[in-house]
Amino acid sequence: MTSAEASARPSSEVLGVPPAARTLRDRSFILLLGVLTSIALIVLAVLLIDTAIDGIPQLSISFLTSFPSAFPAKAGIESAITGTLWLMAVVAFVIVPLGVASALYLEEFADGTRWWNRTIEVNIQNLAAVPSIVYGILGLAYIVRGPLSLGRTVLAGGLTLALVVLPVVIITGREALRAVPPSIKEGALALGATRWQAIWRQILPASIPGIATGVILSISRAIGETAPLILVGAATFVAFNPTGLDSPFTALPLQIFSWISQPNDEFRMLAAAAIIVLLVILVILNAVAIRLRNRYQQRW
Amino acid sequence: MSDDELTPASTLREVSDSDSSSSEPRDEPGLPAVPGEVPAVPAGQPHAPVPVVAHADVIDDAIDNPVFITEKLSVSYGTAPAVLDVSLRVPEKQITAFIGPSGCGKSTIIRCFNRMNDLIPGAHVEGTVRYHGVDLYGSDIDSVQVRKRIGMVFQKPNPFPKSIYDNIAFGPKVLGMKGSMDQIVEEALRRASLWDDVKDRLKDNAFGMSGGQQQRLCIARALATNPDVLLMDEPCSALDPISTGRIEDLMHELKETVSIVIVTHNMQQAARVSDRTAFFIVDMGSSEEARIGRLVEYGPTDRIFTNPHDIRTEEYVSGKFG
Amino acid sequence: MATPSIASGVAGPTAESVFGPARRRIGEKAIAFALFCAAATSVVITVGIVVSLTGETLAFFADDAVTASGFLTDGQWTPLFSDPQFGIRPLVQGTLIISGIALIVAIPLGIGTAAFLSEYASPRVRKAVKPTLELLAGVPTVVFGYFALTFFTPSVLQGFLGMDVSVFNGLAGGIIVGVLIVPTVASVAEDAMSAVPQSLREGAYGLGASRRQVTVRVVVPAALSGITAGVVLGASRAVGETMVVLIAAGQVPTTSLDPRNPMETMTAFIGATGKGDVPTGSTGYKAIFAVGFALFLMTLILNMISIRFVRRYRQVYE
Repeated sequence: MTSAEASARPSSEVLGVPPAARTLRDRSFILLLGVLTSIALIVLAVLLIDTAIDGIPQLSISFLTSFPSAFPAKAGIESAITGTLWLMAVVAFVIVPLGVASALYLEEFADGTRWWNRTIEVNIQNLAAVPSIVYGILGLAYIVRGPLSLGRTVLAGGLTLALVVLPVVIITGREALRAVPPSIKEGALALGATRWQAIWRQILPASIPGIATGVILSISRAIGETAPLILVGAATFVAFNPTGLDSPFTALPLQIFSWISQPNDEFRMLAAAAIIVLLVILVILNAVAIRLRNRYQQRW
Repeated sequence: MSDDELTPASTLREVSDSDSSSSEPRDEPGLPAVPGEVPAVPAGQPHAPVPVVAHADVIDDAIDNPVFITEKLSVSYGTAPAVLDVSLRVPEKQITAFIGPSGCGKSTIIRCFNRMNDLIPGAHVEGTVRYHGVDLYGSDIDSVQVRKRIGMVFQKPNPFPKSIYDNIAFGPKVLGMKGSMDQIVEEALRRASLWDDVKDRLKDNAFGMSGGQQQRLCIARALATNPDVLLMDEPCSALDPISTGRIEDLMHELKETVSIVIVTHNMQQAARVSDRTAFFIVDMGSSEEARIGRLVEYGPTDRIFTNPHDIRTEEYVSGKFG
Repeated sequence: MATPSIASGVAGPTAESVFGPARRRIGEKAIAFALFCAAATSVVITVGIVVSLTGETLAFFADDAVTASGFLTDGQWTPLFSDPQFGIRPLVQGTLIISGIALIVAIPLGIGTAAFLSEYASPRVRKAVKPTLELLAGVPTVVFGYFALTFFTPSVLQGFLGMDVSVFNGLAGGIIVGVLIVPTVASVAEDAMSAVPQSLREGAYGLGASRRQVTVRVVVPAALSGITAGVVLGASRAVGETMVVLIAAGQVPTTSLDPRNPMETMTAFIGATGKGDVPTGSTGYKAIFAVGFALFLMTLILNMISIRFVRRYRQVYE
């Protein structure tokens, strides 16, 4: 209104009045998009609040330091937490060398016009979208039984989860390597460095923050996976901590699944409490990844 | 030293970020040859049975201490020729400037001198480049060995994201030197007249330097391996005039010890710093893709600028086009 | 790569006299080969998946109790019964119904979110919404299963909406899977919308179009192949999602089309059967692989379609 009063003639006299129907439709469209965007976020908020209400009363030191039990009041998640930590270690140990090496090959060595390199590339894209439960079947057939015959051990579980997230590590690793400008490589080569010296001493160090971020996010995805572990046959009732790679194990998401499957409401409350613990671990991992990215990522 | 601080490094980097990535060929391909305009090699040159044509006097490379000799050097990317039939001799311990409008192939040619074109997929080199008599594209030549002797400074300063010290020490390390690099680092920085600016912050990240300092660091880095030749591909195009002046002064000092080939699109710069100048032109065809770079005229800088023999050189140096 | 130069008859200094002795750099080649082997591991993994699935699937069909026609047409899936039936139709049907519900939820939410982020949101709002979507994508699916079973079905479907649904039902599973795939659909669709050149938008604004008209008539059509890629990728994730349906949709293979009833998907069957200790070589064990093979094929086809659509919009705008 004020602008109309200030000018000599009202704008509507000059430009005409926008059709009311159009203005209304424009406004409702914004509202619609706003609502559509909010729904998923509201579901997330409700999920977190509901879980917190159910789970927080169950959280206690003894819950964190007890083993599973047939009695809800005595049950805890110590073996699930230690199992998850063991899995994290195995996953990291596998995906870091394999993922970084694959990313290096595809970014720095592969001639993209060769059919085998294109095959590898398309193959990784497809693997990234294979349902995790299919990896579980592979783990069951070839890692737990079959050729590797590792049994239902920490190593078998960790290897299976590593396969699930390997494509993601390779893809984020390639992005991190690609973020290093080609002028760095040129600079190194112009000084008489060999290709590998340029990669090992300049490109790789410059891309480490990006690679590490991808690795951490992949590990956090791996430890939230349940379906592959169900098939690999991790037990849910493990009243001891894993003692080594060949030890039977359980893990947080499996423990959660097992408690959800109980008809007893008290066990479902325990599931909520275990979910909170799992989410806290994931949030910590993500916070580390984001911090790493913001703090050390080179701005070119 | 404080002059450089006038232009923060970040601004300079942003400006030059719009450039295409430096591994891309900057010079574009061109038209088929126009008869009669093929630059000729003077008669009497030992290994060049090239027919002498109309403009024999425009390629004046009668020098007795060549560091590079090119013969009918042509480069193409994929199937499209980028620069055709360049034959010239680059003298030792002097500054040779390649000038010409953009797309004329001057950067492409300089990248043959240390085989940086090898890095561009599809790049194809014909003709010969001899370095002290050795064919650089010979089958027994290892491009890595070549680059250890022939240093290069790029259009956009490209320090490694490491400390100033580590930037300099990288070259000697890949050469296989062990032990303390302190002395090498100091000497390289002194030769690039950067020592006094940075001696108290050798451990600082090179990205904290101004653009001009970064470029001098890149020069120092190239000098640390004691190269015989320094190739400079438009080294000042991302820099302010004051930083540019310092680099030009530096080049004058350096030519005591190294041969320098500089590509520049700045004629004044070529006139100020170089001993000899080669003028390239781009044959603009009917279509954008059909563009070929050619060498038009080559000789002592003062002659090229005061008494050019080719009308196109004259038009270019007098500012009529380009 | 550059080729060797044309030969010249002049004998001159040798490469060795100028550059020093040549190095062979066997190490470099060995490293390149090692890296290639690492990258090739991914192909080995794919081969492992295909071979393990195919082998046991063939064994499954070789089993006396199984016939190929029964597998494809039978309405009953009861592999663990003493008189087992092996018709995969109930599982496929359950998968399709639940994925269909998920897409009905995820298509408007995902595309709406993408359009909002790409065309309307201020940088500040975008900075708040995008990480929240990433958070949503990072929540383990078992948590969504818990939410569907203990909150969504009793409090929303039965309580708030007063619907007559079972404790385990396909509807809750489908809706929650839908929410789960919103980040997938939204992020691919938003990438496609952001890739639409600004000049197209400006052209429409110049003709007096409102932002809504630009979004609906210019941006969405121009980004359609990318949006399709996002939806197809979302569908692939919905088909492969296990935990939500295993927990909340029940484990009853049925040919009923009513999503208020319990139903079992292919993934839920694999999970439920794998949970018990199925002996190697039993028909139930082999059935896991047969269903897994069908699941793998379905998601593979969806992924290939999605990759093709992404490639199409990249070709147009990048």
